[in-house]
Amino acid sequence: MNMPMKSMTGDGPAETADKGAGRVEPVEIDIRNVSLSFGRTEVLKGIDLKIEPGEFFAFLGPSGSGKSTLLRAIAGFGPTPKGQILLGGQDVVGTAPWKRNVGMVFQSYALWPHMTVARNVAFGLDERRVPKAETAKRVSAALEMVGMSQYAERYPSQLSGGQQQRVALARTIVVEPRVLLLDEPLSNLDANLRVQMRQDLLKLQRRLGITTIFVTHDQEEANTICDRIAVMADGVVQQVGRPDEVYDTPANAFVAKFLGTANVLEGVVEQRTDGNAFVLPSGIAIPCAGDARAGAGKLVLRPQSISFAQNGDGSLTGTVQSAEFLGGMIRYAVEVSGQTLLVDEVHNRGSGRRQAGEAVSLDVRHQEGVLIHD
Amino acid sequence: MPTAALRRPALNVSVGPYLAAGIVVLFLGAFLVVPVLKVIQVAFQDPSSGAFTLVNFQDFFASTLFRQSFYNSVYVAGMSVVIASAIALPLAYFTTRFNFSGSVIIQTLAFVPLIMPPFIGAVAMQLLFGANGSVNLLLREYFGITIPFMKGLNGVIFVQSLHYFPFILINLSASLRNIDRSMEEAAQMLGSSGVRMFRRIVFPLAMPGYIAGASLVFVKVFDDLGTPLLLNVNTMLAPQAYLRISSVGISDPMGYVISCILIVFSIFAMWVSFLGMRGKDYSTTQKGGGGLSRRDLTRREAVLCYIVVLLILALVLAPHLGLLLLSFGTVWSFGVLPDGFTLAHYETALTSAWGFIQNTLLYAGLAGLIDIIIGTAIAYLVLRTNIIGRKWLDYMAVSALAVPGVVLGIGYLRVYYGVEMPLTGQPLATWWGIIVIALAVRRLPYALRSCTAALQQISPALEEAAENLGASKLRTVRRVVVPLMVSGLVAGFVTSFATAAVELSATIMLVSSEKDAPLAYGLYLFMQSAAGRGPGAALGIMAVVIVGLATYLSHRLVENARRNQAAASAPGGGH
Repeated sequence: MNMPMKSMTGDGPAETADKGAGRVEPVEIDIRNVSLSFGRTEVLKGIDLKIEPGEFFAFLGPSGSGKSTLLRAIAGFGPTPKGQILLGGQDVVGTAPWKRNVGMVFQSYALWPHMTVARNVAFGLDERRVPKAETAKRVSAALEMVGMSQYAERYPSQLSGGQQQRVALARTIVVEPRVLLLDEPLSNLDANLRVQMRQDLLKLQRRLGITTIFVTHDQEEANTICDRIAVMADGVVQQVGRPDEVYDTPANAFVAKFLGTANVLEGVVEQRTDGNAFVLPSGIAIPCAGDARAGAGKLVLRPQSISFAQNGDGSLTGTVQSAEFLGGMIRYAVEVSGQTLLVDEVHNRGSGRRQAGEAVSLDVRHQEGVLIHD
Repeated sequence: MPTAALRRPALNVSVGPYLAAGIVVLFLGAFLVVPVLKVIQVAFQDPSSGAFTLVNFQDFFASTLFRQSFYNSVYVAGMSVVIASAIALPLAYFTTRFNFSGSVIIQTLAFVPLIMPPFIGAVAMQLLFGANGSVNLLLREYFGITIPFMKGLNGVIFVQSLHYFPFILINLSASLRNIDRSMEEAAQMLGSSGVRMFRRIVFPLAMPGYIAGASLVFVKVFDDLGTPLLLNVNTMLAPQAYLRISSVGISDPMGYVISCILIVFSIFAMWVSFLGMRGKDYSTTQKGGGGLSRRDLTRREAVLCYIVVLLILALVLAPHLGLLLLSFGTVWSFGVLPDGFTLAHYETALTSAWGFIQNTLLYAGLAGLIDIIIGTAIAYLVLRTNIIGRKWLDYMAVSALAVPGVVLGIGYLRVYYGVEMPLTGQPLATWWGIIVIALAVRRLPYALRSCTAALQQISPALEEAAENLGASKLRTVRRVVVPLMVSGLVAGFVTSFATAAVELSATIMLVSSEKDAPLAYGLYLFMQSAAGRGPGAALGIMAVVIVGLATYLSHRLVENARRNQAAASAPGGGH
């Protein structure tokens, strides 16, 4: 029974490549006021999100933020949510998962251990009553696309984690789903493979043009490959935007800290004659933008926005407490009037390292800071 | 001084395990390997000259009676698998797929048959389902028909499938529960649902568990002696072996030929189950994933489910109900129910059968003790040492599964009849201790499984920590390993105890006087006569209560220990 499949994969790969899972007409995903509870626990609290056709979108958040639950709700798994989920303008809430044509790659890959790779990939086509010859063609094209052609007759248990991941992808895209949902797809891979795989994912997504949602708790993953991200916490979307946008102008302290390292300083904005200033409890004043609202607030300063003043003529003075060597840079914790600031300094060979206890002077590029009131 | 200090740990490391392994090998060699090999040898021996021959097998297959017995045994075992599957499949399906409030009842009641050996219920089943039993009396009165439930081989099949279906239910439910819900969700996401999805995804993934359960049922039924004997069906292999040895004598080769056939079939069934499982560890549940998602039933579906489940459970509990009625009934013949009720049978049973009960508690208790000691030793040697051939200890102990009780009994008689006890001069084969040993060998695989599971759950780091703090191997085992294994050991002991308490096939061959007989044998004696049935049933009920209590107690102990351990390891726990 498996013979024809095997000979198919042996055929010229180039010829079959564009007959299989090819470009699909991208659809928009419109999530309107979606709420969901497990018993008494509210897991999603009125989510509103619009994902553009063909976009590579990320749900980014810590565990328990509701990101996986939202993804599963789009696929139709778990309890039926309140609100609307529109795929290409059509509300799918209440539709059975097998009638949605939504492609999902599971965190565990969920390859069926009793079927070969080829049978796994052919499954969805069998369900769609696709003729045998076409199925064979599309299966080999999909396996070709993920670089797994030579493993068609293997069983999942004979594959490495990365290979299983590729098969799971092939199995999903071969049916040409309307949207592609990836549930922490890289979390079970080792670090090097993860970097490689996320580039492959991006290429594949661009090639297919399919609207894709990628769930992850790793901000680096989301930042490197996604067009836009939705940062989630406690069942609420905290902020939506391009990765650089969200990083540069975090909407709140949670987002600031979840995306990279940040000094989040508490203080008060005071309007002074020489312009506005952000005043720390210690009395130190950092200049801030002219349109800043007066009153209590937080100032977000990235470690790279603070530098060591060369001649000791910086605006702040402090003492080095500790240092973390990060490779390309060294991250210092500097005590300034009872407050600890993180400061990054580029590291080059022979550039040395400041010692704990060393008195230093700091420059703050205050125009890079962001004021938040939450 | 320094040499002494150096030599002690060296002794512990190298000689200790080999010593323990030596004792285990000696025990299993003398009481499992040698008797079984002897049985096989005799089957291939000319009775008079002792030369190698195949003539015994020729004689066997030339006899119509033996050919019929062979065919009957295969037929009964095969049909029992079919009927047991028909009972187990719906129960397994309902309990794992639906939010069904009956699930707890099924999971609990389904184990009830296992705590009563099938032969005890056989007589009660005659009274309920026999030609003139309650059910047929009612059928005749209201519908004018009768169904030959208990006629000949039907009776054996009926009783055996009702008894052994839990093996299929347990294994099948376990494999169903081990399927991660993402397996199903992936199929749904790709457009599959309903029966088609069940056939393509769920069923194949549950198959290994089903095959394991079904082959176990086949072999158990094929080997069973008590049920056909009590139902007076003698044209099957195990009863024939017993009758030949007990009536013709231990030199008659036919008993040995039958033993060989029983062993071959046992090994074949184990091989089938091995093939079914090999390379198919389909357990796919993920951390935090959980098994198949369960669906809520509509009202109509729930009612339908309940009807099916209750019908099956009524059938399953029939032997117990029948036995209960029999034990309290005065006269029960040609009536739907007994004529009147009395406690007299219990009185008779307690006065005349007290010896049987005492013997059973002693034999089964000792057997259980031997099992957990040997089981712990083997588990430790296999998992924690690297002595040469340690795997073979495991294989040797587990191979007892493939040895039917009748075969072991015949082997003991043959090997140890000529061996005299040191002081009394009594043949070793007729000493009560040999029954204990037979029970211990037969139940060792179960106890070993519990011990191995318990030891596997203990991280070697806990032992290394003890050794790091200066405890020797032996002291580490005593102070760290055994205390942590306790719940597993208790479970192993009780499994051995409970199943040994009601085992008949090996004991019936080895009981030499009524004074030494255990409860199962006593039951068998009582059930032979019409007058003995009442007290026999009372004795049966008492056996069920003893075994049931023991099982419940061990369950509680294991649960408590698990909870305590979970609580103790919680702070450091997590991932």
